[in-house]
Amino acid sequence: MLLEYQVNGGDFTNAGSVSSNVKKMMRQLGVDSSVVKRTVVALYEAEVNIVAHAYRGVITVDLQPDKIYIKLADEGPGIADISQAMQEGYSTASVAVREMGFGAGMGLPNIKANSDILNVNSVVGKGTTVEITNNF
Amino acid sequence: MKIDEIIALVGGRLIEGNNTENEEVTRAFASDLMSDVLTIKDASSLLLITGLANTQTIRTCEMAEVRYVLFVRGKKVTDEMKELAEDNNMVLMETSYSMYKVAGILYANNIQPLY
Ligand SMILES: Nc1ncnc2c1ncn2[C@@H]1O[C@H](COP(=O)(O)OP(=O)(O)OP(=O)(O)O)[C@@H](O)[C@H]1O
Ligand SMILES: [Mg+2]
Repeated sequence: MLLEYQVNGGDFTNAGSVSSNVKKMMRQLGVDSSVVKRTVVALYEAEVNIVAHAYRGVITVDLQPDKIYIKLADEGPGIADISQAMQEGYSTASVAVREMGFGAGMGLPNIKANSDILNVNSVVGKGTTVEITNNF
Repeated sequence: MKIDEIIALVGGRLIEGNNTENEEVTRAFASDLMSDVLTIKDASSLLLITGLANTQTIRTCEMAEVRYVLFVRGKKVTDEMKELAEDNNMVLMETSYSMYKVAGILYANNIQPLY
C-alpha cells in the first residue's frame, strides 16, 4: 500500500495528522504494537521537523506485509552538518517552535533510536530527505 | 491511584474521559518538552504532568501512548484538544496548582517517578 501526504511548514495545527493516520493503518493491519509505536514516534518527530524547520514537504508511506518504508522529502533550508544535527541537544528551533513544546534537539536522536534503518540526506538551500524503514 | 483521588489531591477537575472509575495511575512524568515525552518506552498507567496545552501535547501523547494528562497552572484545554483526546480515548485533567506543587503532592502520595 502506497500513500502520499502533503505537509506545510509552520502548520502546527495539523502536525501529527499523518502519523496518526499511519498509526491507525498499521493497527488495522495487525502489526505488533511495539513496532507500531517505534514507527509512529519516529515518523511524528520527522513530520514535526518539516513543520518546524522546512517550508513544505511530501511524506510517502509504503506499507508492506513485512515492513514499512517512509520517505519525508521537504523543501527548506536543509541541514549543513547532519552529524551535528543528530547530536542530542543541538537545535536551531525558533522561539515559536519552542513555545509549541519542541526544540530540545532530541528529535533526530529519537528517530534514530526508533528506526531499523535511517537515512538523512540534505542539500543546503534546497531541502532534506529522511528515510525510515522498520521491519515487522 | 484512582483518577478521582488524583483530582481531589490536586484540587483539579476532569475535562475529558469516560468511565474512569476503575482506572489507576501508578507513575508520573513531568515535562513541557514533547521530544522528552516521546522517549518514554512504556507509558502504561503513566500520568503526564505538563504546562504545555496545545494540540501537539495531545498528538505527542497519542504517539507515545500516554493516556492520562494533567495540565497545571490553569492551562486550559481547548475544544480541539478535547476532540483529539476523545478520539484517542484519553483522560484530561486541569488544575490551578503549579507543576512543582503537583509533583510534590503526588510523589508524597506514592506515585512513582518514571526515572
Ligand atoms: N527537515 C529539516 N529541515 C531543516 N533542518 C532540520 C530538519 N530537521 C532537523 N533539522 C535541523 O536539525 C536540528 C536538530 O533536529 P532535532 O529534530 O533533533 O531537534 P529539534 O527539532 O530542534 O528539537 P526537538 O526535535 O527536540 O523538538 C534542528 O534544530 C534543525 O536545525
Ligand atoms: Mg525535531
